[in-house]
Amino acid sequence: AGRIQLLHGTTTLAFKFRHGVVVATDSRASSGSYISTLQFNKVIEINPYLLGTMSGSAADCQYWERLLAKHCRLYALRNNERISVSAASKLLANMLGEYRGMGLSVGSMICGWDKKGPGLYYVDDNGTRLSGPMFSTGSGNTYAYGVLDSGYRPDLTVEEAYALGRRAIAYATHRDAYSGGVVNMYHMKEDGWIRVGRTDVSDLLHAYTEAKQ
Amino acid sequence: MATRYDRAITVFSPDGHLFQVEYAQEAVKKGSTAVGIRGLDIVVLGVEKKSVAKLQEERTVRKICALDDHVCMAFAGLTADARIVINRARVECQSHKLTVEDPVTVEYITRYIATLKQRYTQSNGRRPFGISALIVGFDDDGSPRLYQTDPSGTYHSWKANAIGRNAKAVREFLEKNYKEEAIATDRETIKLAVRALLEVVQSGGKNIELAIIRRNQPLQIFSAKDIESQVAEIEKEKEESEKKKKKSI
Repeated sequence: AGRIQLLHGTTTLAFKFRHGVVVATDSRASSGSYISTLQFNKVIEINPYLLGTMSGSAADCQYWERLLAKHCRLYALRNNERISVSAASKLLANMLGEYRGMGLSVGSMICGWDKKGPGLYYVDDNGTRLSGPMFSTGSGNTYAYGVLDSGYRPDLTVEEAYALGRRAIAYATHRDAYSGGVVNMYHMKEDGWIRVGRTDVSDLLHAYTEAKQ
Repeated sequence: MATRYDRAITVFSPDGHLFQVEYAQEAVKKGSTAVGIRGLDIVVLGVEKKSVAKLQEERTVRKICALDDHVCMAFAGLTADARIVINRARVECQSHKLTVEDPVTVEYITRYIATLKQRYTQSNGRRPFGISALIVGFDDDGSPRLYQTDPSGTYHSWKANAIGRNAKAVREFLEKNYKEEAIATDRETIKLAVRALLEVVQSGGKNIELAIIRRNQPLQIFSAKDIESQVAEIEKEKEESEKKKKKSI
C-alpha cells in the first residue's frame, strides 16, 4: 500500500570550524517521485542560539522539533539560563527513544553555541545521539560527505566555509534525485546564529562548470 | 465544624492559616540546631548532635548528608521525614545529570526539594514534611551557595543561617559576627560556624557535627578529634581576648 511519505529525500549537513558552525540544507520535499514542495525550510530556529535540521518524515521532524522548542523555552524560564546544546539534543533523543520501533522517521542535527562553546549533535529515530565535528544526513548525504571531506579544514575562513557548504549541497542535489531546490545556509556564532542566505542549486552548478573552463 | 476540620488536614482556616504547616514548623523548632555559613571558597555546615546513648553506635545517624559530589544538606526536625526527602533529592541529582548531562545547581535541587514539600501541603491525606533543610554547595561556575527550605515549601538564599531549637540565638550571633574578616579564609569561616554552635550547645565539641565542602572537592566530614582541636583553638582565643581586656582595664 502506498503511504504518502514526505521529505524522505534530503541532503542536510553541518560542520564545526574555527569560526563556529555552518549548517546547510537543500529545500526539496518529495512524496515518491512527485516534488511536493520546491522550497521547504528544513532548519527549525529553536531560539537565537539553537538550530535543528530535519530529514526523514517532514511531519515527524516538524512536530518533534517544535515540541523540543517548547521544552527549551520552559527550561530557560524555569532555570533562568539558556538550555545547553547537549541537554536540548538529549531531550529530543529521549522523546524519540520512547517511540522506538513505532515508525517515526527523524534524522536531525541539533546545533548551537552554549557555555561550553559550539555544539553539534546528530539525533535520529533509532535513539542514536552523537556529538561530532561534522555530520550529513538524508538520501544525499554520501555525496555531501565526499565534497566535505575533500575540502574541510578546521581553520577555514568564514567565506571558505560557506562556499564548502554550498558546494557539498549543490553536488549532492546533482546526483540525488530526491534533493534539490535551493541551498539554505545558517552560520552559528558565539552571539547566535545568522541566516547566510538562499542560493539556487542550478545557479551554483552553472557557476562551478564555468569556473572549470 | 469547618474550623475543627482544618487542624487535621492541610486546608485553609477561616483566618487564612494552614495549621498543619504551622504545626510542622513547630516540630522543626524542637529539632537540634543546625547552622550553615557561606564563605568565599568554602561552605560549612554544623549540627548539634544529641548525646548518644551508651550502647548506641556513634555514627549510625548522620544529620549532614551528601546529595551529590558538590552539594550536601543538613536538616532540623523529624529525622525519618528527612530520610525520605534526602533520598528523593539524591535520585533527582542523578536524574538531572542523565537528562541534561550537567550536575544540578544548588538552586535547582533546592527548588526541587521545596516543590516536593509544597506538594505535600496541597495533597489529600498527607501531612507536610516536618523538616527545614540547609542546602550548601558549589555551582558549576564555582560560586558557593547556601539555601534554606521550610515545611511550607518556600526557599531563600542566605549568607549564613540557623534552623532548629535556639536558631534565633544562633542567627543573632551570626548577624553580629558575619563580616568580611570573619569569612576571609576557610579556617576563619569554619571557626565562625563552630563559635556560632558553641553559643547554644552544651558541653562543647562532643556534641557538634561539622562538615565542609571546598570548591571542586567532595564533602569532608570532620572527625571528633578535628572538632576538638577547633573548639580548643576557639577557647584559647577567647581566653587571650579576655586577658587583653583585663590588662587594658
